[in-house]
Amino acid sequence: MIIIDAIADIFPVLLKGVEITVKVLLASIVLGYLMAFIAGFCKLSRNVIIRKVTSFYVEVFRGTSLIVQLFWFYYALPILFGWEIGSSFWAGVFAIALNYGAYMSEIVRTSILSVAEGQYEASTALNMSRFQRMRLIIFPQAVRMMLPEFGNYLILMLKSTSLVSLIGMTDILYYGDILRSSNLDQAPTVYFLVLVFYFILALPFIWLTKKMEAASKKGVASS
Amino acid sequence: MSGGLSNWSWQTFFDAFPLILEGLGITILLTLACYLCALIVGFFWTAVKRLPIAAIRLPLLGIMEFIRSTPPLVQLFFIYYAWPMVPVVGMALDPFTSAVIGLGIHYSTYIGEVYRSGIDGVPAGQWEAATALNYSRRKKWTKIILPQAIPPTIPMLGNYLIIMFKEVPLASTIGFLGILALANDYGAQHWRYLEPLTIVAILFLVLSYPSALLVNKLEKKFNRRLDKNAVTESKAN
Repeated sequence: MIIIDAIADIFPVLLKGVEITVKVLLASIVLGYLMAFIAGFCKLSRNVIIRKVTSFYVEVFRGTSLIVQLFWFYYALPILFGWEIGSSFWAGVFAIALNYGAYMSEIVRTSILSVAEGQYEASTALNMSRFQRMRLIIFPQAVRMMLPEFGNYLILMLKSTSLVSLIGMTDILYYGDILRSSNLDQAPTVYFLVLVFYFILALPFIWLTKKMEAASKKGVASS
Repeated sequence: MSGGLSNWSWQTFFDAFPLILEGLGITILLTLACYLCALIVGFFWTAVKRLPIAAIRLPLLGIMEFIRSTPPLVQLFFIYYAWPMVPVVGMALDPFTSAVIGLGIHYSTYIGEVYRSGIDGVPAGQWEAATALNYSRRKKWTKIILPQAIPPTIPMLGNYLIIMFKEVPLASTIGFLGILALANDYGAQHWRYLEPLTIVAILFLVLSYPSALLVNKLEKKFNRRLDKNAVTESKAN
């Protein structure tokens, strides 16, 4: 079978790109969630300046396109600050993390705000400090509400890692493009396999999202 | 010192601006075409979810999950580079059509979910009432279910229009000459990427931020209406 031979040829080449895809993804996830929590809390700050600056960050990153941000970080930012040449890894990770961090900060903010008023009052009545109230009462309840959406964003971030091939990172799609340009007839098999690679990487996240959805519903009285 | 903001050139900015602006019309046109495609194909996925026969429904839902969980960029490449090589059905497509099919189908899997949530949001009593009144299948959908299912989804659908606008520059990778491709071309010709890419970012921000505010307003309006319904419902009980 020609097609099986082709797959046997293509598979090991694409496999070389998995490492970069996974590295970019993990770094983006860690930084993205970090940004989400920092920006989410900053938007709830009592300080007007912190709130305004955070709003500006969130609106700029949600209002412009990820691919534009990626190119801007990679091509424009080094010129603006007179750096030699940007790192494509960090340009990719920062673009993805700052972009999705901005989206997810809204989830953090709205989840914290939607914890019932009585919980705030009760913790104040128990003489808790502002910090204790957040750490022990509000935050644990808010995190649950964030879980289902956070799961969806894992898959969105995985999909967006494919963009880093455009700035020369050797991820799965990059090797797919190389194979396609050397043998155009193989393009359907190559890109189909690339899609399968991404789907296999997405499967644990799809499963995790379902788990997170279940966890967020568990033990909560439905109102 | 060569660093700092001294590298910013207003002359380049004003030189590049009209050239990039030329791509805005076609970028918006592509956004609308992709969005329309997503809206139409979305109905298909909603229908698939309601199919009674599991042997047909489950494989189709598997395909939907596959499209949804894999990168739209790879799907674009598949349609543009690989589709012409597919035996029998394959044909060469121009970048515009490829993007409409690729992005349209990718986002249709999300739009289908929006429709579904709208239909599921119609209270069971409405279905029962329609049945009790002996409405035909068609009348039940057109007179009772859809008029109640569609309005709450409008803000969500509006959000997806904005998301689509921000996804369309992906098509620059297959040679679609929208604002991003024109900016990249300008950058390559003059070896100045800073100003053209900043212009593209500004154009996106200027168009999508007011749209987002509008969608927020719509959302509040519909939520208010839903609250009112909730009040009348509880009074009726």
